[in-house]
Amino acid sequence: MEANRVMELKAVNIQAGYDKKMILHGLDVTIPQGKISVIIGANACGKSTLLKTFARLLHVKSGEVSLNMQEINTYPSKRLARKLGLLPQSPIVPEGISVYDLVSRGRFPYQGFLKGMTEEDHKAVLEAMEIMNIVDLKDRFVDELSGGQRQRVWIAMALAQRTDILILDEPTTFLDISYQVEILDMLTDLNHKYNTTILMVLHDINLSARYADYMFALKDGRLISQGTPEEVIQEETIWKVFSLTCKVMKDPVSQSPFIIPIGRHHHV
Amino acid sequence: MKHNIAVYIHDFQKRKRKEYLIMFFLFLCLLMAALLILMVGNTNYSLPTVLHVLLGEEVEKAFFAIRTLRLPRLLCGILAGAAFGMAGSTFQNMLRNPLASPDMIGISAGSSVAAVFSILVLQRSGFFVSMASLFFGLAVASLIYFLSHGSGFSGGRLILMGIGVQAMLQAVISYLLLKANQYDVPKAMRWLSGSLNGMVLKDVPLLAGVVLVGLCLLLLGSKQLKALELGDEYATSLGVQTKPLRLCLMFTSVLLIAFATSITGPISFVAFLAGPIAKKIVGNGANHVLPSALTGALLVLLSDFAGQFLFETRFPVGVITGLLGAPYLIFLLIRINKKGGFA
Repeated sequence: MEANRVMELKAVNIQAGYDKKMILHGLDVTIPQGKISVIIGANACGKSTLLKTFARLLHVKSGEVSLNMQEINTYPSKRLARKLGLLPQSPIVPEGISVYDLVSRGRFPYQGFLKGMTEEDHKAVLEAMEIMNIVDLKDRFVDELSGGQRQRVWIAMALAQRTDILILDEPTTFLDISYQVEILDMLTDLNHKYNTTILMVLHDINLSARYADYMFALKDGRLISQGTPEEVIQEETIWKVFSLTCKVMKDPVSQSPFIIPIGRHHHV
Repeated sequence: MKHNIAVYIHDFQKRKRKEYLIMFFLFLCLLMAALLILMVGNTNYSLPTVLHVLLGEEVEKAFFAIRTLRLPRLLCGILAGAAFGMAGSTFQNMLRNPLASPDMIGISAGSSVAAVFSILVLQRSGFFVSMASLFFGLAVASLIYFLSHGSGFSGGRLILMGIGVQAMLQAVISYLLLKANQYDVPKAMRWLSGSLNGMVLKDVPLLAGVVLVGLCLLLLGSKQLKALELGDEYATSLGVQTKPLRLCLMFTSVLLIAFATSITGPISFVAFLAGPIAKKIVGNGANHVLPSALTGALLVLLSDFAGQFLFETRFPVGVITGLLGAPYLIFLLIRINKKGGFA
């Protein structure tokens, strides 16, 4: 993983959806390299759909998704999997699989048909487990771990894949607040250490604003606003995106923007 | 890195060695069961006699009993058991559901209908019956696949659809048996219960060929299958082309099942049992193909042996495996009920 590689992920005027229902209506998005980007938006606004088109899980109806100026569908599938990884919202945990076994499955894109694990594979797996702090758990069964531990295992698996771009669909959902912060801290470490481009969907606007370098706000499959957290987290934008009245303040810890929702029973 | 990579790799290799050792042990068990079956019967022969006969020496009487009766029975049992075992376990892993073996979702029943029809209505036997059950098994598998496809692939839908199709096919079999000439029914019944009686050596090469090709294909796909177990989305993001993989694995498994069924009849529950037993023995992380093939073969051999000699009357192998499989099915259903989900 050299520092100054070019790895530009870009969507130009994409329309995508399921069956006859269109979800994304002509989006233009360029993901900043080596940064942490967060997509926010109300339920069913197309956040997950956008991630899926980036990860080639969903084909666009029109427009183009490209990586390094090359159309994403023209990549051989394993080669793409070495550059771009996706952690789905609810991956399936096979019964009775050890942590080690699961993390090592992240090496799939590097392995030949019948070849076993190489030393390089072992290194990547061990390192991924070290970063996520799960080496001690390596012989435990994944389905017996707590939610927070399990999520670290999944992220370790994505790390073992050693991609330049890592896409995560709500990696902190269903986790206690302390685990949420822990996971986001670890992702930030990863971004700083390896310059990995991270793109994720998060529900918590305040945590998003704190950890993101760049934000995208979506509504009904259209891009409402993009930019630094300061540029995106504004009272009007939050109203447009979530139909929520709020007050924006400064997070006393990180100096990032911080929203306080207002609601019907209280006023400023 | 904080941890020592060498120690870590050493650990890994130790685990791998243990897996190989268990596999070797399974293989030894199979070998011993095979020798036992060649030695024991109406007349018992000593190990040297058996070895002499296997090497082609003409030993009086023993030659006929061993070469013509016991050897074909043994070889067909091993091959069919291996075919059922690995195909069943592939289906179960692919659909992430222990209920999803081909003998539960109508594929074996498809082969049975074709065979019963050929025997009772068309009055055919041998090669024709095999081919008919092979093609019909494949046809039923494709039917279930397309019926359950809808807007995208769903394992749960496929299983439900398969159980429905299975019920329909069983009804067709019952109808054929009721309508048929009474003299032909025993022949069809013997075939239906899954039996190693009347196996001949000339069936073996073709079956061996199919099993070998199937084994290689499933082994090649087993690494991709491990990625597929994590869900379609994750598999795709790991670089697996899920659709061609699934079609290829399904075709290979159905081919194995239908072909083995066409020779021995549907030996019930072997496909359903072999995978879970093998998993218990070698652990979930290991490659599933060889262990479940070995387990399937062992299941068939031991059940056949028990069916022949443990009771006063002789039972076909399918009856014994049925006795083993039914309680496991009930256990599985109770466990699924407790977990409160369809898996």
